[in-house]
Amino acid sequence: MRAISPLIAAVIPIGLVFGAVAVTKGLSPVETALMSALVFAGGSQFVAMDIWTHPASWTSVGFAALLVNIRHVLMSASLGTKMQAFGGRRRYFACLFLADEIWAMAEFRAGLARLTPAWFAGLAAPFYLAWVLSGLAGATLGAFLGDPVALGLDFAFPAVFIVLVMGFWKGPETGAVLIASGAAAVATQHFVPGVWYVAAGAVAGLLAAVASGSRRVEVTQ
Amino acid sequence: MTVDFSTLVAIIAMAAVTVLTRLSGLVLMWHVSLEGSRRKAIESIPPAVLMAVVAPTAFATGIAETIACALTAIAALRLPMLFSVALGVFCVALLRAAGI
Repeated sequence: MRAISPLIAAVIPIGLVFGAVAVTKGLSPVETALMSALVFAGGSQFVAMDIWTHPASWTSVGFAALLVNIRHVLMSASLGTKMQAFGGRRRYFACLFLADEIWAMAEFRAGLARLTPAWFAGLAAPFYLAWVLSGLAGATLGAFLGDPVALGLDFAFPAVFIVLVMGFWKGPETGAVLIASGAAAVATQHFVPGVWYVAAGAVAGLLAAVASGSRRVEVTQ
Repeated sequence: MTVDFSTLVAIIAMAAVTVLTRLSGLVLMWHVSLEGSRRKAIESIPPAVLMAVVAPTAFATGIAETIACALTAIAALRLPMLFSVALGVFCVALLRAAGI
């Protein structure tokens, strides 16, 4: 419970903002809650709102979600190696709830203690409920929340990601990854329309890690 | 309180690809062993992806966002997540109100 309370407090304003943004794009509160409940991936939901059209284009939002969420492949691959206490089916079920924050907390926990299904459920269930309900509340109360941009609430989501980035710092190698990723993302976003910048930045960061890793191998040999 | 058909299809498409990405990592691990440098490369993915997501906000949106991102990053070194995020939001609201 102590692990999850700051995450809940951070996700509620983000959920409220998502709901408020979604109604301005023409989604009903039910549709907003449905998206939060089924997709449960804040980043791709915000990106979808960014490019939302009427009628909705399932190909463009589906492809955007794939680009934004492709990182989950690596997140579940990484966490999967730390889920020995989970039975086969439970492992797959747990991974359905791999939002960034849940994943980051679970990775952190795995460094301290054996990851158990009960601990994971205690982390994921309240977070899931908070995300869906705050999205619904934001969509219902949207007009009363005031301008989210003036309140700075749209910034809560990038701020959470910045805090998570800082948590992954492991030395100069991480610096190289961040510089490569950031530069590639900004350049791609400037020249290429759409959300390709996420994939471009991720690939650039990965290449930087491989390059700095192989250079160190050469030095030690 | 209605659900539009094309909206429903779009939501299901998003949900389907998200589920696919969340489960394919587990399936992948049945076939790939993570040793040495490959493991290091995989470990670099989370910061690489998160950075790619926030970089346009941090460096190419406005001065208020850039300053608030820097402040949030510095705060994250010492403070818990909630305080760092609140500080960043407060900072960006203040700077926008000041017209920066």
